[in-house]
Amino acid sequence: MEGDIVQMGAYIGAGLACMGMGGSAIGVGNVAGNFLSGALRNPSAAAGQTATLFIGIAFAEALGIFSFLVALLLMFAV
Amino acid sequence: MATEANSDEGGLVFHPMDQFIVQPLFGDGPVGMFTITNSTLWMALSVIAIIALMVLGTSGRSTIPGRIQSICELAYGFIYKMVEDVAGKDAVGFFPYVMTLFMFIVFANFLGLLPAAFTPTSHIAVTAVLALLVFVTVTVVGFVKHGLGFLGLFWVSSAPLPLRPVLALIEVISYFVRPVSHSIRLMGNMMAGHAVIKVFAAFAPMILLSTGLGLVVTPLSVIAIAAIYGLEILVAFIQAYVFTILTCVYLKDALHPAH
Repeated sequence: MEGDIVQMGAYIGAGLACMGMGGSAIGVGNVAGNFLSGALRNPSAAAGQTATLFIGIAFAEALGIFSFLVALLLMFAV
Repeated sequence: MATEANSDEGGLVFHPMDQFIVQPLFGDGPVGMFTITNSTLWMALSVIAIIALMVLGTSGRSTIPGRIQSICELAYGFIYKMVEDVAGKDAVGFFPYVMTLFMFIVFANFLGLLPAAFTPTSHIAVTAVLALLVFVTVTVVGFVKHGLGFLGLFWVSSAPLPLRPVLALIEVISYFVRPVSHSIRLMGNMMAGHAVIKVFAAFAPMILLSTGLGLVVTPLSVIAIAAIYGLEILVAFIQAYVFTILTCVYLKDALHPAH
């Protein structure tokens, strides 16, 4: 086992950064779940709101992807 | 890092990130500004595929569309309706740009799913250029159409007056984060999916190393590859859709900046 403490810290940090993906998973689940419950109440209005659904998912997902990016930076750039 | 993983005993057979290496197609010199690489090849292939589909599809132009013509009409109508619905009726002038973006991204994503293919959209260099072009276009269009009134986008007039400077700061920051999240979303999704497939692919030949463990690990990883591949087909389309629809949302902001 060789290597240095900086590399160890980078790897641990990359693993910790992955916890952010859980947050974005909760966010995306919230958006999709609320869309579904609304869509089941008023199915006729649901078709017109799918674009809004995807925009909402995209915004929620962006922050999870930032944490993925931090993990990648720690793995390959630091 | 790739060499470390390869030299480890019992480590992965190949590194999951190896598929993203940009290599020159001819010879093995350094990659310069104008070197023809595998990235260039797959971008060119997707452009050729788009041209083939659209030219073949519209060459017949029959009233009752054939199969290829139906696909073209479907794609055209889908994007046209999206621009009209999301960005507004006065944004249809930007329809060719949005359609080009969508077709390029969707073809690059789908061609990248072929085995041994290279995905240009999994590189930040490609997606950042696409996103920056959208950002610059939107900003220029906003200022040309509305002059300094475009800055009203950052001044939330429906909020109480003391809150407005704070909101303006947040709006400005979120405006400049747009190209970052726009490009990283596409690149991150493409890269993560392909890397996961390759991680499972590296576990698949476990049965050659140890029969006992391999009997469990090998079938599981083959099933996982199939499942994730199915998910990736979905993601390849949805990410192209999301990129396009966000372009439309940004265009709407530029054309109608008032809150």
